[in-house]
Amino acid sequence: MAETLASSRSYYLVFFALLALTFVTIGLTFLHLGRWHTPIALLIAFSKALIVALFFMHLRHGNRLYWLALGSGLLWLGILMTLTLSDFLTRDWLSY
Amino acid sequence: MPVRDRGLWHHFDSLDHQADSNLLGMWVFLATELLVFGALFTGYSAYRWRYPAGFEAGSRHLNLLIGGVNTVVLLTSSLTMALAVRAASQGRQALLVRLLLATLFLGSAFLGLKAVEYRQDYLERLVPGLAFDRGAWQELHVNPNHVQLFLIFYYVMTGIHALHLTIGIGVLGILTLKASRGHFTPQYSAPVEMWGLYWHFVDIIWLFLLPLLYLVSTRTSFY
Repeated sequence: MAETLASSRSYYLVFFALLALTFVTIGLTFLHLGRWHTPIALLIAFSKALIVALFFMHLRHGNRLYWLALGSGLLWLGILMTLTLSDFLTRDWLSY
Repeated sequence: MPVRDRGLWHHFDSLDHQADSNLLGMWVFLATELLVFGALFTGYSAYRWRYPAGFEAGSRHLNLLIGGVNTVVLLTSSLTMALAVRAASQGRQALLVRLLLATLFLGSAFLGLKAVEYRQDYLERLVPGLAFDRGAWQELHVNPNHVQLFLIFYYVMTGIHALHLTIGIGVLGILTLKASRGHFTPQYSAPVEMWGLYWHFVDIIWLFLLPLLYLVSTRTSFY
């Protein structure tokens, strides 16, 4: 339960920040960024996800158990991605 | 025997205890959902690493106008959902019903636009196995197989996302009905908050689909 009730104004501020980031990331796709398109767009996506989780999903004031659940999800996702991609992304490191 | 609070299930001590357990349960479920979508993101990464040109070419043919508008629609629905949770914990019933209906409407608008986009993709022959023009891609010096691979990721990822949204819309319908009957009180609003978490999670998934599907490389037009 949210012990401290956030003001509706703070939700609007969060919403406009998310909108602004969306317009930035869509605008950037029309620039010539070469290989940097995805890293920059992902950085913006992670920022937006963090904002949604902290404010809309109340993680900022939430029970620490929720952090634990989210953290274990991210941990397993990290294992899944690291082990899988350590194969697929490194195949051309070998000379044969 | 003490008087039990309305909405309290027998295996919980209090409504607070029950609400915390509800929310923790949803967070645990979302952690597993992270792995469902995570597997797709991992597969996407592996193949994009292998065939970057096919993914870039395929991405430029997707409709960024609809994809962008849908991002705004979904973010707005997250705002109305967050405000609905707030209204529920304040016991403002009429406002809660209106905000839940707004969220429901925005979610449905997303699906409607997505359907229009799929139809557009079909007309532009971007559906592997159903409507796909190998020759056109070869003329662009892009391997059509690699474009097909990108498009399959596009359909599976957006499809599973749309499935989640459909489930969310169904749940919102039930919540709206219950809210209109005065089912929720400031002490008993955990179901709204719990499904709010689900709704925001589905929103977050889309925030990653947008850059990975639509914003892969430099574009010159929206569609």
